[in-house]
Amino acid sequence: MPQSGHAFLPTRIRHGLRLSPFLPLSLTACQADSISFLHPAGTIAALQREWLIEIVIALAVIIIPVFVGVAFCLWRYRLGNRNAAFRPDWSFALPLEFLVWGVPATIVIILSLLIAGSETRHSPERQIGTAQPLDIQVVALNWKWLFIYPDQHVASLDTLVLPVGREVRFLLTSDKTMQSFFIPSLGSQIYAMAGMVTHLHLLANRPGRYLGENTQFNGMGFQGEKFTTLALLPDQFTQWAQHARTSPVTLNDETYRKLLKDGDDRQAMTDLGVKADTPDPMQPQGLSFSNVSDDLFRNIVSRYHGSSAHQGPMPQ
Amino acid sequence: MTSFLFGKLGYGALPFYSAIATVAASMVVLGAIGVVAFITYLRGWKALWTDWLTSVDHKRIGIMYIVVSFVMLARALAEAMLMRAQQVAGYQSPGFLPPEHFAQLFTTHGTIMIFFMAMPFLIGLYNFVMPLQIGARDVSYPLMNSVSLAFTTAGAMLMMVSLCIGKFSTGGWSGYPPYTELAFSPDVGVDYWIWALTLSSIGNTMTGVNFAVTIYKKRAPGMHLFRMPLFAWTALCVSILMIFAMPPLTVATLMLAMDRYLDMHFFTNTDGGNMMNYINMFWLFGHPEVYILILPAFGVYSETVSTFSSKTLYGYTSLVWATISIAVLSFTVWLHHFFTMGQNGNVNAVFGIATMLIAIPTGVKIFNWTLTMFRGRIRMTVPMLYASAFMILFAIGGSTGVMLANPGFDYQAHNTLFLVAHFHNMLIPGLLFGMLSGYHYWFPKAFGFRLHEGWGRTTFWCWCLGFIFAFMPLYALGALGMPRRSQEYFEGAYLPYAIVAMFGALIIGFAMVAMIVQLYVSIKDRAATNVFVGDPWDGRTLEWSVSAPPPEYNFAILPEVGGRDTFFADKRHGRAYRIPQHYEPIEMPANSPLGFIVCVDMGVTGFALTWHIWWLTIGGLLVFAIAIIARSFNRHTKRIISTAEIRETEKRWIEAFQFEPAIPVEDEVTNLNRGLARIPAE
Repeated sequence: MPQSGHAFLPTRIRHGLRLSPFLPLSLTACQADSISFLHPAGTIAALQREWLIEIVIALAVIIIPVFVGVAFCLWRYRLGNRNAAFRPDWSFALPLEFLVWGVPATIVIILSLLIAGSETRHSPERQIGTAQPLDIQVVALNWKWLFIYPDQHVASLDTLVLPVGREVRFLLTSDKTMQSFFIPSLGSQIYAMAGMVTHLHLLANRPGRYLGENTQFNGMGFQGEKFTTLALLPDQFTQWAQHARTSPVTLNDETYRKLLKDGDDRQAMTDLGVKADTPDPMQPQGLSFSNVSDDLFRNIVSRYHGSSAHQGPMPQ
Repeated sequence: MTSFLFGKLGYGALPFYSAIATVAASMVVLGAIGVVAFITYLRGWKALWTDWLTSVDHKRIGIMYIVVSFVMLARALAEAMLMRAQQVAGYQSPGFLPPEHFAQLFTTHGTIMIFFMAMPFLIGLYNFVMPLQIGARDVSYPLMNSVSLAFTTAGAMLMMVSLCIGKFSTGGWSGYPPYTELAFSPDVGVDYWIWALTLSSIGNTMTGVNFAVTIYKKRAPGMHLFRMPLFAWTALCVSILMIFAMPPLTVATLMLAMDRYLDMHFFTNTDGGNMMNYINMFWLFGHPEVYILILPAFGVYSETVSTFSSKTLYGYTSLVWATISIAVLSFTVWLHHFFTMGQNGNVNAVFGIATMLIAIPTGVKIFNWTLTMFRGRIRMTVPMLYASAFMILFAIGGSTGVMLANPGFDYQAHNTLFLVAHFHNMLIPGLLFGMLSGYHYWFPKAFGFRLHEGWGRTTFWCWCLGFIFAFMPLYALGALGMPRRSQEYFEGAYLPYAIVAMFGALIIGFAMVAMIVQLYVSIKDRAATNVFVGDPWDGRTLEWSVSAPPPEYNFAILPEVGGRDTFFADKRHGRAYRIPQHYEPIEMPANSPLGFIVCVDMGVTGFALTWHIWWLTIGGLLVFAIAIIARSFNRHTKRIISTAEIRETEKRWIEAFQFEPAIPVEDEVTNLNRGLARIPAE
């Protein structure tokens, strides 16, 4: 079996990122460009970092007086200090009452405006921009992620490839336990559940290789359930899709049944008879599939419904 | 693989699958043997039976709750240290704990710390203190109190048995399906977890009913609700929370049990089940639960800050209303535990704002405690150290809570170690410091001698520094996207933080050792630190107005309450320590073996259910029913304490307070303190 490697032209892109000619991408710290929203690579993650800073500043208004006040009282009114005032029966002052209720209330109102405003506009199910997003269907398995590209008719295992600068609409479901799909440097996480479809909009604005993971404990392979997120320039993304279409491994009922077996991506490749790209079991293998049927995702979701009725909006 | 006699039990259930499990199981068995041997050596079996196991006295039941809590704390702490060590060893390597063992550890750690450490600790503290504070002789339903303890202890026993026989659940303390359904967890582990939780939640529901009725019905003459100490107020709010929050948990776990035992499909992936219903119901309990955990600590701080500042509580009414509003609001925010479950952003926004509303009364409380210290005379005793550290660290934890209340940020931090750091930040400096503060504060009242101050300080600094080192790095790890419950990880950036966190866990381990040493040293020196007169801290509320330990009936003559801080006002105006002219006989509940029978029986029933031993399950339930019915035929449920006996008991105490000199509070932590401390007049 030939490998599912990728014959990219070595391209130099912004930020000096050099794409490896091979697409198993290890996810060690020296390899992933970002593992966190503190070093954002997407619109949503950048916003989340901004919100965090705003919240911390607002909260400092409460925290600092507490620190100062507690420390001051403990020192000034210690038993040994007979010069300090002692008012053992003092228990109420109306102006202070307004202060102790008013200050926290004001901070909470300010933070509520933040929630009701910008955050709600960027909740996972909402579209970020106005352009037509790229659809990617995500199937959570034990303990690996299957990414289906309905428009390209390809799929990949544990390697998520997306174009920079184009909004992506993820439609997520699970064919096993409940899991949580999370790419910290791009933005929000969302649960994937069997028989249901959840939505997540993300937008990568920087090419690179990012950490992706499941954060919802789901069994003994949980700690290894990471995937590589590869944000490529649009033309490179097109190249990748074209290349994936030539993959000798097709995704049909038979191969999908093999993916359903519990195990990591290496296990899946063994079952499929594909040689692993690297001997390192800790590295995602970057397997891609061609000839993905249009109904695969819909069938995975509706398997859990006795009748043809299904919950939630289905991709049209 | 099931037999009629033994159900699913087989040799495979023995803990020889890993060395650590074998050692842990051996420690449980050896510990049990050691306790039995020690009691035999002391020739204490008879006393244990008559004075403790069959007792329905709220004070003894409270102490037994706290004993259960300490035992479970030691185990869950050991588990936490193992996990921290694994996360240091687990960088690009499987470490020394296989995934399955690690998963059992985080599940038992969470389950024990919440249900068998925190809950028994706070219920024990309430049990001991609250009736004394409101001037009652006992709770409204003393026997039910003993049965509540029986249920909780049965659950704790089940947790201990699970170490030795079979494996525990790996689904985390919240046990989300579908992972905990048969399809993914076919072993008996989840069943252990279900029955331990069910037993505990039944016990806690009864406790809630009991305390609420006690506060409504048993207050001393003149003790209006708004004259109650804050601690009693939190008891009332917590009881109401228990009454309303525990049933959803019982129902959710029983529905999960029906899925697993009766082939139902409430939460399964298939056949129309929906795990989201479970998550919804679980947090309908789970969020009020975290306020059940924190309000008692708020109550303790309200008492200790006031006592050790020698000052009346600032803003009492504000604090009461803040407590009530926290209790009410706690039922309106449960959805913030699953912002990422795919509901509309507007729904999340509503619940996010509701969550932040709770920060207002909480902030008010912290300011009020600070203002209580303002212009006081503060003595930095151990309880005050805990209170000060709490205010500073809790402000940080509260802030991270407000951050997480923002759905936009929560989509990032959910399920990461940031969340783990946040709730430990609430539970350790909040709940646990409060409980330890209360333990140190009321211990002399319970046993008649003070705890060793120096070891108490050592314990405090170990807990405080250990907490900072163990959990502050977890905020950073969470922000760097490290998921909770990771047995192994591949990012080098995480390793330094993990090492610091392990160092912190070690310091917390020393704190546990220091606590044990403190207890040993204090018991050894009990003659020198005796405070029989019963008011070692110049206390302000009714529990300090009786001897230490208090007599069985608490008050020979029920106190007349004329205001807040009654006892303090009485002392100031020379009304305290009056010697009554004559006594009335007092009717007290008689001892009953029912609690002990229920405890053993429910432990066995839970075990039988776990292992599918049906004959034993039916037998256990029958024994329970028969025991309750048989009790209802018992007509000798009361014991009359004669005036002679009361006079004899009171005489000893009267002689003591007439003989012992009052000492200034400067000397309260020295051996001069015989239970009469006074703030010097200016």
